[in-house]
Amino acid sequence: MNKSIYRKLDWPLIISYIILIVFGWLNIYAALHTESDKVFDFSTKYGMHLIWMGTSLIIAALILFVFPAKLYNVFAWWFYVIVTLSLFAVIFIGTEINGSHSWFAIGPFRFQPVEFSKISTSLALAALMGKYGYKFKYLKDITRAFLTIGIPMLLIVLEKETGSALVYVGFLLVFYREGMSGWVLILGILTIIIFIITLVISPYVSISVLLALIIITLGILSKKKFFYALIFVAVMTALHYFPHLLEMPNIASKNPFSAEIWITIFSVPIAIFFLIRSIIKKTTYFRNTLLCFLCGVGLIFSVEFLFENILKDYQRARIENLLGIKEDLQGVGYNVHQSKIAIGSGGLLGKGYLNGTQTRFNFVPEQSTDFIFCTIGEEWGFIGSVAILMLYMFILIRILKLAEKSKDDFVRIYGYCVVSCILMHIIINVCMTIGLMPVIGIPLPFLSYGGSSLWAFTILLFIFIRLDLERWR
Amino acid sequence: MAVSFEKKNILIIGIVVAFTIIIVRLFHIQIIDEEYRINADNNALKYETRYPARGRILDRNNVVLVGNKITYDIMVTPIEVEKFDTLAFCNIFSLDTSFVKEKFREFKLYKKKIGYRTLVFLKQVPSEQYNIFVEKELNFRGFTGTPRTTRTYPNNIGGNLFGYVSEVDADYLKNNPIYKSGDYAGHTGMEEAYEDLLRGEKGYSIYLRDAQNKIQGKYGHGEHDKIAVAGTDVISTIDEQLQSYGELLMKNKVGSLVAIEPSTGEILAMISSPGVETSKLAEINKYYSEIINDPYKPMFNRTVMSPQPPGSVFKLINALIGLQEGVVTTDTRYPCHQGYTAGKVKVGCHNHPSPLNFYQSIMMSCNSYYCYLFRSILDNPKYDNIDQSFTKWREYVESFGFGKKLGSDIPSEQAGFIPSSETYNKLYRKGGWKSLTVISLAIGQGEIGTTPLHLANFAATIANRGYYYTPHMIKETENHPINSKFKEKHYTLIDTTYFSEIIKGMYMAVQGGAGSGATAINAFVPGLEICGKTGTAQNPHGDNHSVFICFAPKDNPKIAVVAYIENGGYGATWAVPIASLIVEKYLNKEITPERVWLEQKMFNSDLLYKVNQKKYRKK
Repeated sequence: MNKSIYRKLDWPLIISYIILIVFGWLNIYAALHTESDKVFDFSTKYGMHLIWMGTSLIIAALILFVFPAKLYNVFAWWFYVIVTLSLFAVIFIGTEINGSHSWFAIGPFRFQPVEFSKISTSLALAALMGKYGYKFKYLKDITRAFLTIGIPMLLIVLEKETGSALVYVGFLLVFYREGMSGWVLILGILTIIIFIITLVISPYVSISVLLALIIITLGILSKKKFFYALIFVAVMTALHYFPHLLEMPNIASKNPFSAEIWITIFSVPIAIFFLIRSIIKKTTYFRNTLLCFLCGVGLIFSVEFLFENILKDYQRARIENLLGIKEDLQGVGYNVHQSKIAIGSGGLLGKGYLNGTQTRFNFVPEQSTDFIFCTIGEEWGFIGSVAILMLYMFILIRILKLAEKSKDDFVRIYGYCVVSCILMHIIINVCMTIGLMPVIGIPLPFLSYGGSSLWAFTILLFIFIRLDLERWR
Repeated sequence: MAVSFEKKNILIIGIVVAFTIIIVRLFHIQIIDEEYRINADNNALKYETRYPARGRILDRNNVVLVGNKITYDIMVTPIEVEKFDTLAFCNIFSLDTSFVKEKFREFKLYKKKIGYRTLVFLKQVPSEQYNIFVEKELNFRGFTGTPRTTRTYPNNIGGNLFGYVSEVDADYLKNNPIYKSGDYAGHTGMEEAYEDLLRGEKGYSIYLRDAQNKIQGKYGHGEHDKIAVAGTDVISTIDEQLQSYGELLMKNKVGSLVAIEPSTGEILAMISSPGVETSKLAEINKYYSEIINDPYKPMFNRTVMSPQPPGSVFKLINALIGLQEGVVTTDTRYPCHQGYTAGKVKVGCHNHPSPLNFYQSIMMSCNSYYCYLFRSILDNPKYDNIDQSFTKWREYVESFGFGKKLGSDIPSEQAGFIPSSETYNKLYRKGGWKSLTVISLAIGQGEIGTTPLHLANFAATIANRGYYYTPHMIKETENHPINSKFKEKHYTLIDTTYFSEIIKGMYMAVQGGAGSGATAINAFVPGLEICGKTGTAQNPHGDNHSVFICFAPKDNPKIAVVAYIENGGYGATWAVPIASLIVEKYLNKEITPERVWLEQKMFNSDLLYKVNQKKYRKK
């Protein structure tokens, strides 16, 4: 064992970690304690959490000082298979808690394989894509990468843990770094925007936006920019006045179709015509843009179907609540409303530690786990919330920078995986508490109460810290 | 390396952008927007559900059949409750002090879980008790009353026709997720059939609560409140006076009485006896087990749920089919020697002249005539075998709505049963049966089941000379247009001209006069031209059932009726008078003095003792 490399331990990351878990414990205590409880009472949840923290530190120490670094690369696929099998097993022999079928219960201890699957998938992905000769360009390699994240993702969805499945989407960021085109991400974001516009405003506006984007894109790609600019103005004006035309009395009574269907009838054949032309002429960018347009139109019309038939009732209700389509402050909207009140009432400086009224009187459900950010917002205020977010940002960017410094592809890719997992958790969780995302139950890394969550994130982080050390050999 | 360097930076920029969006939103919620800022002075929200008034059920002339009255639920917020005089509290609501003590013990046990919530303490206290409570409310901190509506039945009629309203149970919640615990919903009868219209929409009010837990006013100036929307009143086709009268006639008898307006299919009255007293319906929880355990099954709507053999009224269908198939004419005569004999089979008949022609066979309800007629239908040489002729016969019968659900809006409608050639092929093997085997169908006995609603509909079909509208209980109004299926004419497979022939026979059955052999002379009312057909349905468990269908006036009929009295004996004895009285009441508004004795007899007779108790207990 080369003791020398331990002098190069990345202390900023380790100290940040310790700050977070201590701060996390303080807030869990604030959320859960009652007047008469004692601090070190291990029968309480926050008492238990001290044990989790202690054991996490032990695990961290083991990873740093005991287990060899080569362990992770060599056994990556073994871990992956074991954990994925347990993801499969838990569907059948697991216990159901809060509607999700993803827990193993052994006596008083409960843990979720999902949390650990993020570690094993990250390691497997790093092993796969870090191998010599792998390129995110060959179909074989691309397929393997998607399967590696796809299989656990599917199992997680079957376990009814949609939140964690969503975290897996973060791995696309790793693919991006390793060679996937940025267009995938851009199109993904556009799809979500179109979905939202269709639901909140109308399919007509959606199609108009889509047409606008397509004409702009074609204009940028083409040499005849002026021509496309003219088309843009003409089309947009027409689209603006078209609905008024349809509302005129003599036309309205004979009109069988809605506005967006008329637009589709006009635009789709034209698009198909030009698409075929661009295939023949082999102008790939035109072809791709037109394909995107046609897919976009298809998406707009299938939004209604997807929304009504694929989503479950409670999921649909949460999205409707989020987008402001339906307000039900007593039912579905209750959690988020209470959460926003708690955070909002923190003001600039917060109400002070242990003085949060919403926290004390249990107005926010699940306050120690999914909604722990409420306690931070209420008691530590805007300053406190931003400070914690800055700390998170620091950790994430630092891991990215350290990952790039490594000569070992395995380490770099693993580092990106760690960042994507933690980032997705933070974004989904915090946005949920402030009403920017629908209610999806996943923990806030290092801060939420929960043994499996804390252990999993500790392991996730410290494997990286250990692997990072290796570049000093 | 340059490319991946750039990508890393793009990712970092992405992270920074994402966090910035979050921080901006936090800034908005925590610093700028006042709405979420609840300072230490008002730190709590209190939600109060607002229950809407349920829609009423009115009769066709807007008389209230089912209305609402206000009762109160007493709610308690345990964390707000201060010491109070338990004895005084119990005196107001007539409670036992142990009840209150037990409840509060529970509250203390689950204190953390209950938190600031408000729970139901007492359900549906009458307004008198509530009014006393309100005067003394200051002495009972933490308790409030919230109004609920419950049903009243101003005319004390309807019973099982309306159904009842009660709190939803776990099963109902599972099947109807939009309901929440504590909601009321309609069960059986009209309350169930029109639940969607009657229930309205719940609302809620949000109040701000301060550190002393006093209400400080509305949250957001009431902008987030949702107003309760009252349920829609449902106008039914029922005529309140007719329904009332019919219930009096059917008192202490077991059976059904249904009246339909043939020109629209609207149900004017629908009585299933014994029914439920409406006073018991209003407090259904108290009386539920009593009602369920009543051997006469008052909640069972016999008019649609009880398929029975129709008896002789079914002869009319065979008569029509015979005419349509050409195997009989109005001149055809058949003999009757105290019945019909063929081989080993004998079908009995009552005493009457012989032979009879077509019209007389209806007037006197001759069994033998129909045995001959039925066999000629099935043995018609036009068909290759009995399977074919029987299938054709069944087609005719089904076109009148028999053997299937009519599709009315009455819950739990039964389809009844009309046998097919398969039925007999299974019983006897293919080719192992002939017209004589199934001869009992000629007179409406055997493997045949019809509900009183089917028979009422049949009466309406004849009144219309060959078509019917699906019977329904809800009248078309602006607030609730009815399903277009209720406005469709359903034509039978019988030519309309043949109906006039059987109507002639039905006319003679009532108007024939004493001594003519007519079976329904008790239905005669001068000037009303009632046409009808009696039936006596055999009952292996006891006395036969008394059946009668009729309509009036003969031309431009306004009402078609079926009376089906279980264990009533001959059709003429009970069903005929009862049906004719309800027709007379509807058309003339009052009974002629000569018939008042008959009316009194119907009101006062008690046939319940005749119903075989054992038959019901076994079920």
